[in-house]
Amino acid sequence: MLNIKNLQAKIGEKQILNGIDLKVNAGEVHAIMGPNGSGKSTLASVLSGREEYEVTGGEVDFLGKDLLELSPEDRAREGIFMAFQYPVEIPGVSTINFMKTALNQIREYRGQQALDAVSFLQLMKEKMKLVAIDQSLLNRSLNEGFSGGEKKRNEIFQMAMLEPKLAILDETDSGLDIDALRIVANGVNKLRNKNNATIVVTHYQRLLDYIVPDYVHVLYKGKIVKSGTKELALELEAKGYDWIKSEVTVA
Amino acid sequence: MSKGNQVLEEITSKEYEHGWTVNLETDEAPKGLNEDIVRFISAKKNEPEWLLEWRLKSFRQWQKMTEPKWPNVTYPVINYQDIIYYSAPKQKVKPNSLDEVDPELIKTFEKLGISLTEQKRLTGVAVDAVIDSVSVATTFKEKLSELGIIFCSFSEAVKEHPELVKKYLGSVVPMSDNYFAALNSAVFSDGSFCYIPKGVRCPMELSTYFRINAANTGQFERTLIVADEGSYVSYLEGCTAPMRDENQLHAAVVELYAMKGAEIKYSTVQNWYPGDKEGKGGIYNFVTKRGLCAGDHSKISWTQVETGSAITWKYPSCILKGDYSVGEFYSVAVTNNYQQADTGTKMIHIGKNTRSRIVSKGISAGKSQNSYRGQVHVMKRATNARNHSQCDSLLMGDQCGAHTFPYIDVENNSARIEHEATTSKIGEDQIFYCLQRGIDEESAVALIVNGYAKEVLNQLPMEFAVEAQKLLALTLEGSVG
Repeated sequence: MLNIKNLQAKIGEKQILNGIDLKVNAGEVHAIMGPNGSGKSTLASVLSGREEYEVTGGEVDFLGKDLLELSPEDRAREGIFMAFQYPVEIPGVSTINFMKTALNQIREYRGQQALDAVSFLQLMKEKMKLVAIDQSLLNRSLNEGFSGGEKKRNEIFQMAMLEPKLAILDETDSGLDIDALRIVANGVNKLRNKNNATIVVTHYQRLLDYIVPDYVHVLYKGKIVKSGTKELALELEAKGYDWIKSEVTVA
Repeated sequence: MSKGNQVLEEITSKEYEHGWTVNLETDEAPKGLNEDIVRFISAKKNEPEWLLEWRLKSFRQWQKMTEPKWPNVTYPVINYQDIIYYSAPKQKVKPNSLDEVDPELIKTFEKLGISLTEQKRLTGVAVDAVIDSVSVATTFKEKLSELGIIFCSFSEAVKEHPELVKKYLGSVVPMSDNYFAALNSAVFSDGSFCYIPKGVRCPMELSTYFRINAANTGQFERTLIVADEGSYVSYLEGCTAPMRDENQLHAAVVELYAMKGAEIKYSTVQNWYPGDKEGKGGIYNFVTKRGLCAGDHSKISWTQVETGSAITWKYPSCILKGDYSVGEFYSVAVTNNYQQADTGTKMIHIGKNTRSRIVSKGISAGKSQNSYRGQVHVMKRATNARNHSQCDSLLMGDQCGAHTFPYIDVENNSARIEHEATTSKIGEDQIFYCLQRGIDEESAVALIVNGYAKEVLNQLPMEFAVEAQKLLALTLEGSVG
């Protein structure tokens, strides 16, 4: 599904990604871990098409398309979804209204008819149930005055609505207490199937207790320095990132 | 076609959907303004002597006045002798039904999306359509007249209800009020008149669509709404103008008069031609709008969505004379490219326990200048007056300007005045968030702007709110990036 080859990127004059190689197949969950400043969030930003980051080398193939050539909105319409670490507030715009606009633009791109009000409402009700979110939250201005947990749950609701092929969860666990974490993880798990894939970007192992990855990659200084299965995450938890750092330095 | 013209054509046809001209045979006054022209207008309309006298008095008053220079706008000197002050579509027989109306006219309405026949059948809105200064079709009149409501063109009111017109004309905006009001009083061509009798709640939104049509024609509309004791009316004013190269002057006067316990809600969506991307052309909109809460417990509420015009100079105001009277002002003013807007309100508290509320949302894009100018004046005997003002500015890009000029004069110590102001920019983060959900940039801006203006848009009647939302998006097209 996603094939990243030797991806390099910088912001301003600062080189952050120094050659990332990563292959993600449908049905898989990959976790990207690493210490602060290792480039985890940059990778998520580059994949979603944030303008501030300049790609300086490498290529990314997404379902046969050159991802780096696509505008951010077309990437989304092709099926890439990012759950933001810091979801943005948009005063006066309800989640419902926001989702209706998004969904219908995506459908238009795919040559589908816009959903009428009844079908949209039906879909919304179904997805609300799936991720256990209350409608009152969806009527409010998007993310305005939401708690950390509400914001993240709202991200997962949006993910459920848009049914992406590849979901990138950027530090979704940050700022969540254990109950909120469990609810959010549950939502993600329910959305998993053999046709979609998920990249979980996280600093801590704890989220991976709930969203169990097929592969774990450790990012350090803009490169994937170690890959393994979910046991690698546990090992990291036990030994800390210094273990990776020293191993890299030795090598 | 030269390349320059071609480019202009492309720009104009894309950006201004309502840009076209209709070929109606017009009946015009010669250019310029003098007492003879005033007499010509009055004669054309078969007006009574008292009204001609009133016009002449206004004209003489106007000659003594000078154009105001304090607004935060700049424009070339207006040559008042180069303007045609009267033009009317030729229509010899008054139509009894829409079938008798000039088909060209009906076409114009259809382009605007307001087919009268459809409106008549489907909606509860009575439309008093004003094209080139003369009302040509009025619907729903019979239904309204059953309730004793008078809703007609100003000229008709002069003929049918002279006692009402005579009593209230100039009672809220005196002819000497300001330069443009005096000019309007001298040369006003037509407009709307509305009277709601005691205790009657007008069952439908009363609506007027304005069009500026003949080249070089100043528009001098006059609207007078009188709400008798305990009555209620909601009035909609909406307008679009065809593409023009020369600047067109518009100086309207709107007077609202609310008696004891009466409520008037006046909503405007203004979409006149703002000029092209280089700031060429466009309407000069110098309007005087004022409401008088004459009786106790009366209420006047102004809602405006201003997207058009090259220059807007407009301060819909409330004089809160009656005790416990309420004044409200909700405004969204958008400026793009080279547009200039200096708009706001005045709340004059005279009566006891009077309250006023101001919500102003300015949006500036391109190289435009957007100013809020508001005055809250609490007079000596206005015990327990209260005002809350909220003035927000939203900036798009870094070449536009937003300015706020609040004036607060308090002569009574019991007054409670609150003023809040914010300035914000549409964030890159907000835009990116939308993009990442598959929403393109234009729609993202429309979404964010409509969210920002929601508090004001919510005040509009449903069908108007939808139109206003589309307008906001249309006006800001191409303003990010």
